[in-house]
Amino acid sequence: MGTAKVPSPSSAAGKPVTQPGKLKAVNLNFYYGNYKALHDISLEVPANRITALIGPSGCGKSTFLRTLNRISETIHNTRVEGQVLLDDENVLTVDVTALRRRVGMVFQKSNPFPKSIFDNVAYGLKVNGFRGSLKDAVERSLQRAALWDEVKDKLQKSAYALSGGQQQRLCIARALAVDPEVLLLDEPCSALDPIATAKIEDLLFTLKDQCTIVIVTHNMQQAARVADRTGFFLLGKLIEYNTTEIIFKTPTKQETEDYITGRFG
Amino acid sequence: MRQFSVELDELHEKVLQMGGQVESAIHRSVRALVERDAELARQVLRDEARINQMEIEIDNVTTRLFALRQPMARDLRFLTSAMKINTDLERMGDLAVNIAQRALSLVAQPPVKPLIDIPRMAQLVESMLLRALDAFVKGDAEVARAVLTSDDEVDALRDSVYQELVVYMQKDPATVPAAVDLIFVARNLERIADHATNIAEDVVFAVQGVDVRHHATEVKNA
Repeated sequence: MGTAKVPSPSSAAGKPVTQPGKLKAVNLNFYYGNYKALHDISLEVPANRITALIGPSGCGKSTFLRTLNRISETIHNTRVEGQVLLDDENVLTVDVTALRRRVGMVFQKSNPFPKSIFDNVAYGLKVNGFRGSLKDAVERSLQRAALWDEVKDKLQKSAYALSGGQQQRLCIARALAVDPEVLLLDEPCSALDPIATAKIEDLLFTLKDQCTIVIVTHNMQQAARVADRTGFFLLGKLIEYNTTEIIFKTPTKQETEDYITGRFG
Repeated sequence: MRQFSVELDELHEKVLQMGGQVESAIHRSVRALVERDAELARQVLRDEARINQMEIEIDNVTTRLFALRQPMARDLRFLTSAMKINTDLERMGDLAVNIAQRALSLVAQPPVKPLIDIPRMAQLVESMLLRALDAFVKGDAEVARAVLTSDDEVDALRDSVYQELVVYMQKDPATVPAAVDLIFVARNLERIADHATNIAEDVVFAVQGVDVRHHATEVKNA
Protein backbone atom coordinates (compact mmCIF):
# COMPACT_ATOMS: atom_id res chain seq x y z
CA MET A 1 0.00 0.00 0.00
CA GLY A 2 1.30 3.53 -0.74
CA THR A 3 3.98 5.37 1.21
CA ALA A 4 3.32 6.45 4.78
CA LYS A 5 2.54 10.14 5.03
CA VAL A 6 3.29 12.31 8.02
CA PRO A 7 0.34 11.99 10.40
CA SER A 8 -0.78 15.17 12.15
CA PRO A 9 0.45 15.41 15.74
CA SER A 10 -3.04 15.79 17.12
CA SER A 11 -4.18 12.52 15.69
CA ALA A 12 -1.16 10.33 16.29
CA ALA A 13 0.82 11.87 19.14
CA GLY A 14 2.12 9.80 22.01
CA LYS A 15 2.74 11.44 25.36
CA PRO A 16 4.84 14.57 24.79
CA VAL A 17 8.35 14.53 26.21
CA THR A 18 8.01 16.64 29.32
CA GLN A 19 11.04 15.19 31.04
CA PRO A 20 14.16 17.32 30.76
CA GLY A 21 16.89 15.94 28.53
CA LYS A 22 19.23 13.95 30.72
CA LEU A 23 21.67 13.15 27.93
CA LYS A 24 21.96 15.08 24.73
CA ALA A 25 23.92 14.42 21.58
CA VAL A 26 24.48 17.54 19.49
CA ASN A 27 25.74 17.21 15.92
CA LEU A 28 27.75 14.17 16.86
CA ASN A 29 30.13 12.67 14.33
CA PHE A 30 32.31 9.67 15.08
CA TYR A 31 35.26 8.20 13.20
CA TYR A 32 37.03 4.87 13.38
CA GLY A 33 40.23 6.05 11.73
CA ASN A 34 39.03 7.52 8.46
CA TYR A 35 35.72 5.70 8.52
CA LYS A 36 32.84 7.95 9.49
CA ALA A 37 30.59 5.77 11.60
CA LEU A 38 28.17 8.40 12.88
CA HIS A 39 26.82 11.30 10.83
CA ASP A 40 25.60 14.42 12.57
CA ILE A 41 23.56 12.75 15.30
CA SER A 42 21.39 15.01 17.42
CA LEU A 43 19.23 13.28 19.98
CA GLU A 44 17.88 14.07 23.43
CA VAL A 45 17.43 11.26 25.95
CA PRO A 46 14.70 12.15 28.46
CA ALA A 47 15.38 11.58 32.15
CA ASN A 48 13.74 8.66 33.92
CA ARG A 49 12.59 7.07 30.72
CA ILE A 50 13.69 4.11 28.65
CA THR A 51 15.04 5.05 25.25
CA ALA A 52 15.67 2.29 22.74
CA LEU A 53 18.02 2.46 19.76
CA ILE A 54 17.18 0.08 16.94
CA GLY A 55 18.55 -0.56 13.49
CA PRO A 56 20.23 -3.25 11.40
CA SER A 57 23.72 -4.56 12.15
CA GLY A 58 26.39 -1.98 11.55
CA CYS A 59 24.02 0.97 11.67
CA GLY A 60 25.96 2.75 14.42
CA LYS A 61 23.65 2.31 17.36
CA SER A 62 26.23 0.59 19.56
CA THR A 63 28.89 3.05 18.43
CA PHE A 64 26.59 5.85 19.47
CA LEU A 65 25.88 4.22 22.83
CA ARG A 66 29.59 3.98 23.55
CA THR A 67 30.13 7.69 23.02
CA LEU A 68 27.67 8.46 25.80
CA ASN A 69 30.11 7.43 28.51
CA ARG A 70 33.24 7.77 26.39
CA ILE A 71 33.97 4.07 26.50
CA SER A 72 34.54 4.47 22.77
CA GLU A 73 37.86 6.03 23.75
CA THR A 74 39.19 2.63 24.78
CA ILE A 75 39.24 1.75 21.08
CA HIS A 76 42.32 2.95 19.20
CA ASN A 77 42.24 5.66 16.62
CA THR A 78 38.75 6.99 17.18
CA ARG A 79 37.66 10.59 16.93
CA VAL A 80 34.58 12.48 18.06
CA GLU A 81 33.19 15.70 16.63
CA GLY A 82 30.27 17.49 18.18
CA GLN A 83 29.05 17.18 21.72
CA VAL A 84 27.58 14.79 24.21
CA LEU A 85 26.00 16.59 27.15
CA LEU A 86 25.11 15.10 30.51
CA ASP A 87 22.79 17.51 32.32
CA ASP A 88 23.94 20.13 29.83
CA GLU A 89 27.58 19.53 30.73
CA ASN A 90 29.94 18.43 27.96
CA VAL A 91 31.11 14.91 28.85
CA LEU A 92 34.52 15.64 27.34
CA THR A 93 35.16 18.16 30.12
CA VAL A 94 34.10 15.81 32.90
CA ASP A 95 36.60 13.42 34.49
CA VAL A 96 36.11 10.21 32.55
CA THR A 97 36.12 7.89 35.57
CA ALA A 98 33.52 10.02 37.32
CA LEU A 99 31.53 10.05 34.07
CA ARG A 100 31.52 6.27 33.85
CA ARG A 101 30.31 6.04 37.42
CA ARG A 102 27.40 8.34 36.61
CA VAL A 103 26.76 6.65 33.28
CA GLY A 104 27.07 2.88 33.73
CA MET A 105 27.15 0.24 31.06
CA VAL A 106 25.96 -3.35 30.67
CA PHE A 107 27.16 -5.36 27.72
CA GLN A 108 25.71 -7.96 25.41
CA LYS A 109 27.79 -10.77 26.78
CA SER A 110 27.65 -10.64 30.54
CA ASN A 111 31.14 -10.15 31.90
CA PRO A 112 31.21 -10.71 35.65
CA PHE A 113 34.63 -10.54 37.25
CA PRO A 114 36.25 -13.87 38.17
CA LYS A 115 35.27 -13.23 41.76
CA SER A 116 32.48 -14.08 44.14
CA ILE A 117 29.01 -12.67 43.63
CA PHE A 118 29.56 -10.39 46.59
CA ASP A 119 32.92 -9.13 45.39
CA ASN A 120 31.58 -8.43 41.91
CA VAL A 121 29.06 -5.96 43.29
CA ALA A 122 31.39 -4.60 45.97
CA TYR A 123 34.30 -3.98 43.61
CA GLY A 124 33.14 -0.66 42.19
CA LEU A 125 32.28 0.59 45.67
CA LYS A 126 35.65 -0.36 47.08
CA VAL A 127 37.54 1.18 44.20
CA ASN A 128 35.63 4.41 44.71
CA GLY A 129 36.51 4.53 48.40
CA PHE A 130 33.10 3.66 49.75
CA ARG A 131 32.94 4.26 53.50
CA GLY A 132 29.57 2.83 54.51
CA SER A 133 28.43 -0.78 55.04
CA LEU A 134 29.49 -2.82 52.01
CA LYS A 135 27.15 -5.59 53.04
CA ASP A 136 24.13 -3.27 52.98
CA ALA A 137 25.17 -1.62 49.74
CA VAL A 138 25.69 -4.98 48.01
CA GLU A 139 22.33 -6.24 49.23
CA ARG A 140 20.64 -3.07 48.05
CA SER A 141 22.14 -3.40 44.58
CA LEU A 142 21.23 -7.05 44.30
CA GLN A 143 17.67 -6.17 45.41
CA ARG A 144 17.46 -3.45 42.79
CA ALA A 145 18.65 -5.92 40.17
CA ALA A 146 15.96 -8.43 41.24
CA LEU A 147 18.67 -10.97 42.01
CA TRP A 148 18.88 -10.88 45.81
CA ASP A 149 16.46 -13.73 46.55
CA GLU A 150 18.29 -16.04 44.20
CA VAL A 151 21.80 -15.39 45.53
CA LYS A 152 21.45 -14.27 49.15
CA ASP A 153 22.49 -17.67 50.47
CA LYS A 154 25.51 -18.02 48.21
CA LEU A 155 27.14 -14.60 48.05
CA GLN A 156 30.58 -16.14 48.37
CA LYS A 157 30.09 -18.45 45.43
CA SER A 158 31.77 -17.62 42.14
CA ALA A 159 29.80 -15.43 39.80
CA TYR A 160 30.46 -18.02 37.11
CA ALA A 161 28.22 -20.47 38.94
CA LEU A 162 25.22 -18.36 37.97
CA SER A 163 23.07 -18.91 34.87
CA GLY A 164 23.38 -16.54 31.90
CA GLY A 165 20.36 -14.53 32.93
CA GLN A 166 21.55 -14.32 36.53
CA GLN A 167 25.03 -13.24 35.43
CA GLN A 168 23.50 -10.45 33.41
CA ARG A 169 21.46 -9.27 36.37
CA LEU A 170 24.66 -9.46 38.43
CA CYS A 171 26.31 -7.15 35.92
CA ILE A 172 23.37 -4.80 36.28
CA ALA A 173 23.69 -4.98 40.07
CA ARG A 174 27.38 -4.22 39.71
CA ALA A 175 26.61 -1.18 37.59
CA LEU A 176 23.88 -0.05 39.99
CA ALA A 177 26.13 -0.34 43.04
CA VAL A 178 27.75 3.02 42.33
CA ASP A 179 24.33 4.70 41.91
CA PRO A 180 24.53 5.75 38.29
CA GLU A 181 22.22 8.39 36.91
CA VAL A 182 22.17 6.68 33.53
CA LEU A 183 22.33 3.03 32.61
CA LEU A 184 23.43 2.09 29.10
CA LEU A 185 22.61 -1.42 27.95
CA ASP A 186 24.00 -2.84 24.74
CA GLU A 187 21.74 -5.71 23.62
CA PRO A 188 21.61 -7.03 27.19
CA CYS A 189 19.20 -9.87 26.44
CA SER A 190 20.41 -11.21 23.12
CA ALA A 191 22.08 -14.21 24.75
CA LEU A 192 19.17 -14.93 27.08
CA ASP A 193 16.04 -17.05 26.86
CA PRO A 194 12.57 -15.45 26.91
CA ILE A 195 12.06 -15.92 30.64
CA ALA A 196 15.41 -14.38 31.56
CA THR A 197 14.69 -11.61 29.04
CA ALA A 198 11.30 -10.93 30.62
CA LYS A 199 12.92 -10.67 34.07
CA ILE A 200 15.39 -8.11 32.83
CA GLU A 201 12.69 -6.12 31.01
CA ASP A 202 10.58 -6.05 34.18
CA LEU A 203 13.68 -4.92 36.03
CA LEU A 204 14.20 -2.03 33.62
CA PHE A 205 10.64 -0.86 34.29
CA THR A 206 11.31 -0.69 38.01
CA LEU A 207 14.68 1.00 37.51
CA LYS A 208 13.59 3.84 35.30
CA ASP A 209 12.14 5.83 38.20
CA GLN A 210 15.61 6.03 39.67
CA CYS A 211 17.65 6.04 36.53
CA THR A 212 17.68 7.06 32.89
CA ILE A 213 17.97 4.05 30.62
CA VAL A 214 19.26 3.73 27.09
CA ILE A 215 19.07 0.32 25.51
CA VAL A 216 20.43 -0.83 22.17
CA THR A 217 18.46 -3.76 20.82
CA HIS A 218 18.07 -5.59 17.56
CA ASN A 219 14.84 -7.08 18.89
CA MET A 220 12.08 -4.74 17.80
CA GLN A 221 9.49 -6.39 19.96
CA GLN A 222 11.69 -5.65 22.94
CA ALA A 223 11.86 -1.98 22.00
CA ALA A 224 8.09 -2.02 21.55
CA ARG A 225 7.65 -3.61 24.99
CA VAL A 226 9.94 -1.49 27.11
CA ALA A 227 10.84 1.79 25.48
CA ASP A 228 9.15 5.16 25.91
CA ARG A 229 11.09 6.58 22.97
CA THR A 230 12.76 4.78 20.10
CA GLY A 231 15.43 5.94 17.67
CA PHE A 232 16.03 4.21 14.36
CA PHE A 233 19.60 4.23 13.07
CA LEU A 234 20.67 3.35 9.55
CA LEU A 235 24.15 3.63 8.01
CA GLY A 236 25.36 5.87 10.80
CA LYS A 237 22.45 8.28 10.60
CA LEU A 238 19.53 8.80 12.94
CA ILE A 239 16.60 8.36 10.57
CA GLU A 240 13.72 8.80 12.96
CA TYR A 241 13.30 9.38 16.68
CA ASN A 242 9.95 9.59 18.39
CA THR A 243 7.63 7.99 20.93
CA THR A 244 7.68 4.24 20.56
CA GLU A 245 3.99 4.27 19.72
CA ILE A 246 4.50 6.53 16.73
CA ILE A 247 7.55 4.62 15.50
CA PHE A 248 5.68 1.32 15.48
CA LYS A 249 2.19 2.50 14.59
CA THR A 250 2.65 5.42 12.19
CA PRO A 251 6.34 5.96 11.34
CA THR A 252 6.99 8.98 9.14
CA LYS A 253 10.04 7.75 7.24
CA GLN A 254 9.86 5.03 4.61
CA GLU A 255 13.18 3.54 5.80
CA THR A 256 11.82 3.17 9.31
CA GLU A 257 8.69 1.47 8.07
CA ASP A 258 10.66 -0.83 5.77
CA TYR A 259 12.87 -1.88 8.68
CA ILE A 260 10.17 -2.50 11.25
CA THR A 261 7.90 -4.34 8.83
CA GLY A 262 10.79 -6.60 7.84
CA ARG A 263 10.89 -5.43 4.23
CA PHE A 264 14.59 -4.68 4.54
CA GLY A 265 17.09 -6.36 2.23
CA MET B 1 8.90 -12.07 5.54
CA ARG B 2 8.03 -13.34 2.09
CA GLN B 3 5.49 -15.69 3.66
CA PHE B 4 3.83 -12.77 5.38
CA SER B 5 3.74 -10.81 2.12
CA VAL B 6 1.96 -13.70 0.47
CA GLU B 7 -0.49 -13.92 3.34
CA LEU B 8 -1.21 -10.21 3.17
CA ASP B 9 -1.87 -10.44 -0.56
CA GLU B 10 -4.22 -13.36 0.02
CA LEU B 11 -6.10 -11.38 2.63
CA HIS B 12 -6.33 -8.45 0.22
CA GLU B 13 -7.87 -10.81 -2.32
CA LYS B 14 -10.38 -12.21 0.13
CA VAL B 15 -11.59 -8.75 1.13
CA LEU B 16 -11.98 -7.79 -2.51
CA GLN B 17 -13.85 -10.96 -3.28
CA MET B 18 -16.22 -10.30 -0.43
CA GLY B 19 -16.62 -6.71 -1.61
CA GLY B 20 -17.51 -7.96 -5.05
CA GLN B 21 -20.13 -10.33 -3.71
CA VAL B 22 -21.66 -7.59 -1.57
CA GLU B 23 -21.73 -5.18 -4.50
CA SER B 24 -23.45 -7.83 -6.59
CA ALA B 25 -26.02 -8.44 -3.84
CA ILE B 26 -26.83 -4.73 -3.65
CA HIS B 27 -27.10 -4.44 -7.41
CA ARG B 28 -29.31 -7.49 -7.80
CA SER B 29 -31.58 -6.62 -4.89
CA VAL B 30 -32.32 -3.19 -6.39
CA ARG B 31 -32.77 -4.66 -9.86
CA ALA B 32 -35.19 -7.21 -8.40
CA LEU B 33 -37.08 -4.30 -6.89
CA VAL B 34 -37.15 -2.15 -10.03
CA GLU B 35 -37.91 -5.02 -12.43
CA ARG B 36 -40.29 -6.72 -9.96
CA ASP B 37 -38.26 -9.93 -10.29
CA ALA B 38 -39.09 -12.26 -7.40
CA GLU B 39 -36.66 -14.98 -8.46
CA LEU B 40 -33.75 -12.52 -8.54
CA ALA B 41 -34.70 -11.37 -5.05
CA ARG B 42 -34.74 -14.95 -3.79
CA GLN B 43 -31.32 -15.51 -5.33
CA VAL B 44 -29.95 -12.66 -3.21
CA LEU B 45 -31.42 -14.28 -0.10
CA ARG B 46 -29.82 -17.60 -0.96
CA ASP B 47 -26.41 -16.04 -1.58
CA GLU B 48 -26.27 -14.38 1.83
CA ALA B 49 -24.75 -17.46 3.44
CA ARG B 50 -21.69 -17.17 1.25
CA ILE B 51 -21.08 -13.58 2.33
CA ASN B 52 -21.44 -14.53 5.98
CA GLN B 53 -19.00 -17.39 5.54
CA MET B 54 -16.44 -15.03 4.05
CA GLU B 55 -16.81 -12.72 7.04
CA ILE B 56 -15.84 -15.58 9.34
CA GLU B 57 -12.91 -16.58 7.14
CA ILE B 58 -11.52 -13.07 6.97
CA ASP B 59 -11.74 -12.64 10.74
CA ASN B 60 -9.93 -15.94 11.22
CA VAL B 61 -7.15 -14.97 8.85
CA THR B 62 -6.60 -11.53 10.38
CA THR B 63 -6.57 -12.89 13.94
CA ARG B 64 -4.09 -15.53 12.91
CA LEU B 65 -1.82 -12.92 11.31
CA PHE B 66 -1.95 -10.78 14.46
CA ALA B 67 -0.96 -13.76 16.56
CA LEU B 68 1.80 -15.09 14.36
CA ARG B 69 3.30 -12.16 12.55
CA GLN B 70 3.41 -9.27 15.10
CA PRO B 71 2.53 -6.77 12.40
CA MET B 72 3.90 -3.25 12.65
CA ALA B 73 3.08 0.14 11.13
CA ARG B 74 1.26 -0.13 7.80
CA ASP B 75 0.85 -3.90 8.12
CA LEU B 76 -0.72 -3.40 11.54
CA ARG B 77 -3.00 -0.67 10.24
CA PHE B 78 -3.91 -2.75 7.20
CA LEU B 79 -4.96 -5.66 9.42
CA THR B 80 -7.05 -3.55 11.82
CA SER B 81 -8.69 -1.91 8.82
CA ALA B 82 -9.34 -5.24 7.12
CA MET B 83 -11.19 -6.42 10.22
CA LYS B 84 -13.35 -3.33 10.29
CA ILE B 85 -13.99 -3.33 6.54
CA ASN B 86 -15.01 -6.97 6.93
CA THR B 87 -17.71 -6.02 9.40
CA ASP B 88 -18.97 -3.15 7.26
CA LEU B 89 -19.18 -5.42 4.21
CA GLU B 90 -21.13 -8.06 6.09
CA ARG B 91 -23.61 -5.42 7.31
CA MET B 92 -23.98 -4.15 3.75
CA GLY B 93 -24.77 -7.72 2.72
CA ASP B 94 -27.47 -7.87 5.39
CA LEU B 95 -28.95 -4.62 4.15
CA ALA B 96 -29.01 -5.93 0.57
CA VAL B 97 -30.93 -8.94 1.85
CA ASN B 98 -33.41 -6.59 3.53
CA ILE B 99 -33.87 -4.77 0.25
CA ALA B 100 -34.48 -8.10 -1.51
CA GLN B 101 -37.10 -8.96 1.10
CA ARG B 102 -38.82 -5.64 0.50
CA ALA B 103 -38.67 -6.38 -3.23
CA LEU B 104 -40.51 -9.67 -2.66
CA SER B 105 -43.14 -7.83 -0.64
CA LEU B 106 -43.55 -5.16 -3.32
CA VAL B 107 -43.86 -7.67 -6.17
CA ALA B 108 -47.05 -8.91 -4.49
CA GLN B 109 -48.54 -5.38 -4.49
CA PRO B 110 -49.50 -2.98 -7.28
CA PRO B 111 -46.73 -0.48 -8.09
CA VAL B 112 -46.98 2.85 -6.26
CA LYS B 113 -45.02 5.08 -8.64
CA PRO B 114 -42.28 4.96 -11.25
CA LEU B 115 -39.01 4.44 -9.41
CA ILE B 116 -36.53 7.19 -10.14
CA ASP B 117 -34.83 8.26 -6.96
CA ILE B 118 -34.30 4.80 -5.58
CA PRO B 119 -32.40 3.55 -8.64
CA ARG B 120 -30.44 6.81 -8.55
CA MET B 121 -29.56 6.20 -4.89
CA ALA B 122 -28.55 2.66 -5.70
CA GLN B 123 -26.27 3.85 -8.48
CA LEU B 124 -24.56 6.32 -6.16
CA VAL B 125 -24.24 3.83 -3.37
CA GLU B 126 -22.75 1.17 -5.61
CA SER B 127 -20.30 3.72 -6.97
CA MET B 128 -19.27 4.64 -3.42
CA LEU B 129 -18.65 1.01 -2.56
CA LEU B 130 -16.71 0.33 -5.76
CA ARG B 131 -14.57 3.42 -5.25
CA ALA B 132 -13.90 2.54 -1.61
CA LEU B 133 -12.80 -0.95 -2.66
CA ASP B 134 -10.70 0.55 -5.44
CA ALA B 135 -9.02 2.84 -2.90
CA PHE B 136 -8.40 -0.20 -0.72
CA VAL B 137 -6.76 -2.14 -3.58
CA LYS B 138 -4.55 0.73 -4.70
CA GLY B 139 -3.80 2.11 -1.22
CA ASP B 140 -5.07 5.46 -2.47
CA ALA B 141 -6.17 7.74 0.34
CA GLU B 142 -7.33 10.49 -2.04
CA VAL B 143 -9.80 8.21 -3.81
CA ALA B 144 -11.00 7.13 -0.36
CA ARG B 145 -11.48 10.71 0.82
CA ALA B 146 -13.54 11.50 -2.29
CA VAL B 147 -16.00 8.75 -1.32
CA LEU B 148 -16.71 10.59 1.92
CA THR B 149 -18.12 13.60 0.09
CA SER B 150 -20.74 11.52 -1.78
CA ASP B 151 -22.61 10.69 1.38
CA ASP B 152 -24.55 13.96 1.48
CA GLU B 153 -26.14 13.37 -1.90
CA VAL B 154 -27.36 9.95 -0.77
CA ASP B 155 -28.84 11.44 2.39
CA ALA B 156 -30.62 14.10 0.32
CA LEU B 157 -32.12 11.47 -1.97
CA ARG B 158 -33.38 9.46 0.97
CA ASP B 159 -35.11 12.56 2.34
CA SER B 160 -36.60 13.29 -1.07
CA VAL B 161 -37.91 9.71 -1.42
CA TYR B 162 -39.45 9.97 2.02
CA GLN B 163 -41.17 13.29 1.29
CA GLU B 164 -42.50 12.14 -2.05
CA LEU B 165 -43.92 8.92 -0.63
CA VAL B 166 -45.56 10.74 2.26
CA VAL B 167 -47.48 12.76 -0.29
CA TYR B 168 -48.58 9.57 -2.09
CA MET B 169 -49.68 8.02 1.20
CA GLN B 170 -51.67 11.08 2.16
CA LYS B 171 -53.41 11.10 -1.22
CA ASP B 172 -54.18 7.38 -1.27
CA PRO B 173 -54.00 5.29 1.90
CA ALA B 174 -54.11 2.10 -0.16
CA THR B 175 -50.50 2.80 -1.16
CA VAL B 176 -49.30 2.83 2.44
CA PRO B 177 -47.93 -0.74 2.70
CA ALA B 178 -45.99 -0.46 -0.56
CA ALA B 179 -44.86 3.10 0.19
CA VAL B 180 -43.57 2.03 3.59
CA ASP B 181 -41.61 -0.79 1.92
CA LEU B 182 -40.06 1.76 -0.41
CA ILE B 183 -39.16 4.06 2.46
CA PHE B 184 -37.38 1.14 4.12
CA VAL B 185 -35.51 0.44 0.89
CA ALA B 186 -34.34 4.05 0.74
CA ARG B 187 -33.28 3.86 4.37
CA ASN B 188 -31.34 0.65 3.73
CA LEU B 189 -29.55 2.22 0.76
CA GLU B 190 -28.63 5.19 2.91
CA ARG B 191 -27.25 2.85 5.56
CA ILE B 192 -25.26 1.02 2.90
CA ALA B 193 -23.74 4.36 1.91
CA ASP B 194 -22.76 4.97 5.55
CA HIS B 195 -20.92 1.66 5.59
CA ALA B 196 -19.17 2.58 2.35
CA THR B 197 -17.93 5.78 4.01
CA ASN B 198 -16.72 3.71 6.98
CA ILE B 199 -14.70 1.61 4.57
CA ALA B 200 -13.26 4.74 2.98
CA GLU B 201 -12.29 6.10 6.42
CA ASP B 202 -10.59 2.81 7.26
CA VAL B 203 -8.61 2.98 4.00
CA VAL B 204 -7.40 6.48 4.87
CA PHE B 205 -6.24 5.20 8.24
CA ALA B 206 -4.53 2.16 6.76
CA VAL B 207 -2.66 4.23 4.17
CA GLN B 208 -1.93 7.47 6.01
CA GLY B 209 -2.27 6.61 9.68
CA VAL B 210 -4.79 9.43 10.06
CA ASP B 211 -8.18 8.86 11.67
CA VAL B 212 -10.75 10.90 9.71
CA ARG B 213 -13.88 9.52 11.34
CA HIS B 214 -16.46 11.94 12.72
CA HIS B 215 -14.57 14.91 11.26
CA ALA B 216 -16.97 15.52 8.40
CA THR B 217 -16.22 19.23 7.93
CA GLU B 218 -12.48 18.76 8.23
CA VAL B 219 -12.48 16.05 5.60
CA LYS B 220 -14.66 17.95 3.15
CA ASN B 221 -12.45 20.99 3.43
CA ALA B 222 -9.28 18.93 3.03
